[in-house]
This record gives sequence, structure tokens and C-alpha cells, in this order.
Amino acid sequence: MEVKEISVAGTLESSDVQIILKPNPGGGLAVDLESDVKAIFGDAILETVYQVCREMEVTEAAIEIHDKGAFDHVIRARLIAAVLRAAKRDQVDWERM
Amino acid sequence: MTDRNTLRRTGLYVSASSPVNMAQAPFYNEDMLIYDLEDSVPKSEKDAARLLIYHTVKYHRPKDKEVVIRVNGIDTIYFDQDMECAVRAMPDTIRLPKVESAAEVEQVSALMDRLEKQAGIPAGSINLICNIESFQGILNAQEIAAASPRNVALALSAEDFTASMKMERTKAGLEIFYARNVLVLACRAAGIQALDVVFSDINDLDGLREDSRMTKNMGFDGKTVIHPRQIDIVNSFFTPSEKEIRHALRVLAAIEEGRRQGKGAVSLDGNMIDEPIVLRAQNTVARAKAAGIKVGGER
Repeated sequence: MEVKEISVAGTLESSDVQIILKPNPGGGLAVDLESDVKAIFGDAILETVYQVCREMEVTEAAIEIHDKGAFDHVIRARLIAAVLRAAKRDQVDWERM
Repeated sequence: MTDRNTLRRTGLYVSASSPVNMAQAPFYNEDMLIYDLEDSVPKSEKDAARLLIYHTVKYHRPKDKEVVIRVNGIDTIYFDQDMECAVRAMPDTIRLPKVESAAEVEQVSALMDRLEKQAGIPAGSINLICNIESFQGILNAQEIAAASPRNVALALSAEDFTASMKMERTKAGLEIFYARNVLVLACRAAGIQALDVVFSDINDLDGLREDSRMTKNMGFDGKTVIHPRQIDIVNSFFTPSEKEIRHALRVLAAIEEGRRQGKGAVSLDGNMIDEPIVLRAQNTVARAKAAGIKVGGER
């Protein structure tokens, strides 16, 4: 899936994560993680991010993550929302979800 | 899996655009946790809210509660995607807003049949609760209640109903008295539960108690709440007290004894026990058991 424009999903509210996605042509996946629990959960968060990108076939994007203690399923949901918005897809393929 | 007899004393709405509220809600004592895609989610966030609900219900599902998803109305642009998301998330129940006819319920039920089949979910495994929010809904309440075997309850919504009727909404609630009666009648006829309106003033706990007492006396099975601090108060009105349970057991024991002795008429404490009293006692014991209260023998 191609990231065509800048998108944002999520908030800076406690237990949420704000994800900003930008096109990154030729730059692969560039992830910038900001989290109060980066030392403990940083690797796990990045693992989730890369997994979602693989599943959604996103190969080029600059991904800014501002984590406020979100659970893993929230990070997944927010990233998927950001990718779909960036790819200008308004319909989810629920069968593939 | 939940059904028409599942305990539904309280239903708490939680916006699907607030992960912190979604994370906290399972720690309260509500019987139903209603993840909301409708009024509490801004239009710009409907897409993200669906994904949050889907992932929460699939991968972080609260235990010991009925999991409900309120979708947007059937006549909105969000409905189709909401239903696809909601069915695939596999909640216990989907809550439909602004239902006005049996035809709508039949249409939604058929859609759910199709989506369940596509998703490989057992047919009929997801229930429906219909929100009645207008005069048309009240006029058609009986048909709506009976429109689908998926229906487990109707829920009255006072704000939209009074707006449709050009009424003033008051705490005393006289303006919705008839609507409340009609809803309970329709639910009893269909053998499903009746859920009452929210009490909007979250700081007026005495008012909530008064409203809940009336709700219970009118025959409702539960009430929708909008704030966690309302839950325990409302639950207490729909949970039989020890005194009520004890009395119910004595009634049932007296009837059983009368049957053993071949008596036609039975009395308890000088009062005749007729059929309605027996039914009320059975209902009390059933509600107590549903609330997890150990119902022993008569003292």
C-alpha cells in the first residue's frame, strides 16, 4: 500500500498513541518512537509497527510514534488507521483484517 | 454467549474514540459494556473508532460482561462499514439506534446472517438490542420487539424521543411515562427485556435513586448509564435484597407445601398467595441467581 500523503491517527491522551505517517520515497521505513516506556516496551512497540507494515504491504514511510502508554492492540488499530488515511482508502478490507 | 435472560441491570456507554475510557470501563460493575460508534464519535474519527473497537473486542475483550457495539443508524453513510466491523469483531450484541420499524430490524438481521456466514461465525450468534428514540418507534414497538429472534431487548432513549414529540425533558419524567409503559408492554409481549432511559444529571445521585426506583417499579429490567458513578446505584435497584429473596423463598415453599397437601388455596402470613405473587417470587429468585447471589432454602 502506498503512503500518498501525510496522515495522523490517535491522540496524545493517556493510554493512546498518536501516529504521524509521511511519504518517504526511496527511503524505506523510517520509524521515530517517542514513549515514556521506551526502555521496557520499545522493542515490542517497534515489532508491532513493522508487523503491521508487512501485513499492509507498506514498504516506504516515515512513521512518527508518540506513545502515551497504549496497549498493543491500540497501537495496531491506530497504525492501520493512519496507513489507510495516508493511502486515501476509505474502505477497510475486513476479510483480511 | 448471552441471551434474553442475561442480566442487564446496567449498560455503560464508552466512546470508541477514547482508548483510556475503553481501558478503564471493564473495571466497573456494569453488566453491559457498550462500545459506541454513534453519538460520542466525531465524523472525522468514525474510521479510526471502528478499528479501535474491532481490535479491542477481538484481542482485549473484557471478561464477565456482555460486550455490545452500538453502530450508526441504518440510514447513515457509516452503517455498512460499522456492521461489517461489528459482526467480524464478534461481540455478544449489536445495538441499533433509532429503530422505527420491524422492516429495519428484519433488514439488519438478514445482513447479519450474511456477514456471519462470510466471516465463518455461527449463524445467529450475535444478538440485537433496538434503541427506540422517536414517536414512530414507540408506535411500532410491539412489532419491532417481535421482529427477530436475535432481539434480546428494547431500550428507550428519552432525549431523542422527547425531541421528536416536541416535549420538554424533565427529571420527574411524566412526559415519557406513556412511552415507558408502551416499551415494557412490547417487551413483555415479545419475551425480551426492557431497558430504561439514562439519567443525565451525573451529580444528582438522589435523583438517580428516585428515577431507578420508578424504573424498577414500572417493570424495566435495567437502565442505561452514562457515568461509572451511576452503576452501583442502579445495580442495587435491580438486585433483589436479602429481605425480598427470603420472602420469595417463603412464598415458593408455601406453594410447594400446599401442593403436597393437596390444598387449592394457600396463604402466607394471613395473605392469600395467588398466581401473580408466585410469578413475582419466581422472578425475584431468578434475578437473584442471575446476579450471582446464592439462593438457599427458606430460613
